[in-house]
Amino acid sequence: MTDLNAAVLVEGVHKHYGEVRALDGADLRVERGSVVGLLGPNGAGKTTLVRVLTTLLVPDSGRAIVEGYDVVEDADALRHVIGLAGQSAAVDDYLTGRENLELVARLYHLPKTEARRRADALLERFDLVEAGHRQARTYSGGMRRRLDLAASIIAEPPVLFLDEPTTGLDPRSRLALWDVIRGLVAEGTTVLLTTQYLDEADALADRITVIDRGKVLAEGTADELKQQTAQAVLSVQVETPDQLAAAAAVLGRLDAQDPQVEEAARRVSVGTTRGSAVIALAVRELEAAGVVIDDIGLHQPTLDDVFLALTGRAADEADTIEGAA
Amino acid sequence: MARRNLLRMSRRFDYIVFLAIQPVMFILLFNYVFGGAITTSAENYIDFLIPGVMVQTVMFTAMNTGTGLAEDLNQGMIDRYRSLPMSRAAVVAGRIVADLTTIVLVVAVMLLVGFAVGFRLHGNLLESVSVPVMTVVAAIPFLWISATLGVWIRNVETMQSAGFLWLFPLTFISSAFVPVESMHSVVQGFAEQNPVTIAVNAVRGLALGIPDSSDIVKTLIWTSGLTAVFSIAAVNRYRRM
Ligand SMILES: Nc1ncnc2c1ncn2[C@@H]1O[C@H](COP(=O)(O)OP(=O)(O)OP(=O)(O)O)[C@@H](O)[C@H]1O
Ligand SMILES: [Mg+2]
Repeated sequence: MTDLNAAVLVEGVHKHYGEVRALDGADLRVERGSVVGLLGPNGAGKTTLVRVLTTLLVPDSGRAIVEGYDVVEDADALRHVIGLAGQSAAVDDYLTGRENLELVARLYHLPKTEARRRADALLERFDLVEAGHRQARTYSGGMRRRLDLAASIIAEPPVLFLDEPTTGLDPRSRLALWDVIRGLVAEGTTVLLTTQYLDEADALADRITVIDRGKVLAEGTADELKQQTAQAVLSVQVETPDQLAAAAAVLGRLDAQDPQVEEAARRVSVGTTRGSAVIALAVRELEAAGVVIDDIGLHQPTLDDVFLALTGRAADEADTIEGAA
Repeated sequence: MARRNLLRMSRRFDYIVFLAIQPVMFILLFNYVFGGAITTSAENYIDFLIPGVMVQTVMFTAMNTGTGLAEDLNQGMIDRYRSLPMSRAAVVAGRIVADLTTIVLVVAVMLLVGFAVGFRLHGNLLESVSVPVMTVVAAIPFLWISATLGVWIRNVETMQSAGFLWLFPLTFISSAFVPVESMHSVVQGFAEQNPVTIAVNAVRGLALGIPDSSDIVKTLIWTSGLTAVFSIAAVNRYRRM
């Protein structure tokens, strides 16, 4: 292995289900101790990739390595170093929270007393102490998620896979879970998490990989992605419609880009890479051209814009498109 | 794994009670309702009936394995287990060990109820001890068949109907409740060849103190054969999920 820093390395992995290319030559790299967010619309192949990396699915072709272990050849050894919290919570309804945790710990071959000690610590950490002696079927969705996540880290695996960990959680539980994940990362855990929430990727991930239709579309830090794929947008509202043409001419010269004109809103907008200094420049040039400005603003791109630019559809839309396909 | 399953079963009090009540009802119903109308080789119908009910009951009880697995194996659960450094056979095997334990309990309950309503073992000590042992042996292949169905179907409702349906003809067209000779000729041929008949006859012979070694040997052969085939089928299927 030449690549000693990568905790997860995926090269050209394919997994097809008949016609559906769930993974179509996916590449991924997760540095040890970092958090990578895997972002993509429904059906993008996120879960499929996680399942390949956790030895649940054998890829058709390509190579995937976790902590130096090949997912196919060293599957048994690999399972010792990973934790998985899947898309649907793996909680045994008829066992108590504590028993669920102890069971998983025992299945990781931890001794009994150690299993008990860690179950206690995790119940504490995930705010489940009181619920710990109750059967899991009495838990709320958020409690089940927390218990599931607790189970996935009970053996303190160096690499953790979280498939949409905060789906179905209320905002408070989400933030609490983010804190837990940050805590794990601070302790040195490598985390690969999939999510459909762009703010979640923004908040948690060091680097983000955007995938759709089984292919990686972009990779980078949130800021890099924003710069690469979506620009800041400068928009100007003019006083009277007859000034629109003059304003468009000025803005078009700024970055040599085609401005968009919205007649009804008396607005002209244009992409720019110049940063916030562009506002002062635009004001000067527009005044020189005799344009009276009602309003001017620079809109920084969000991950939503990145998502839209990359997948050609907004994150919220993805659902309906997938459903129609 | 087995401990987990036992623990979880003990939580489901209704399940246990139901498991025990059903065979008790069978014993009482058949003995007091049909008993008078059925003439058998055994002097008392109850001596004829109990081995039959025991074998039939353990086969039905075994079907819970598949339902239980189907219930357990929602995708989240399978993923968790399969991502853990544990034997891939452990989930299925653990369930089977747990169900085998409940089957032993059910057999004990049936024997006790049987004794209470007049059932007696007529053989020597070895033959008498062999009665429950042979009954449990007859259940083992059904545990694996059920497990195979469970991991294939993976749907609790389907398991509850499809998983059980075929057992009715198999156990009723056998010597479990009435002598084969008394049956209509259409089903008699089947009943004679039915492995359930052979197992029931083996257990019954032991209970009456007139063991038939050919029945016993045949039972051991078909049970181990089916167990081998279906244990491989179940575990293989689970591995590839
Ligand atoms: N077992 C399967 N059989 C057939 N097709 C499958 C199977 N599993 C996944 N797929 C298909 O592969 C594609 C990728 O699915 P995957 O579950 O990886 O998406 P995802 O990114 O996790 O989506 P979501 O955000 O909805 O969880 C989808 O089109 C899906 O229909
Ligand atoms: Mg998914």
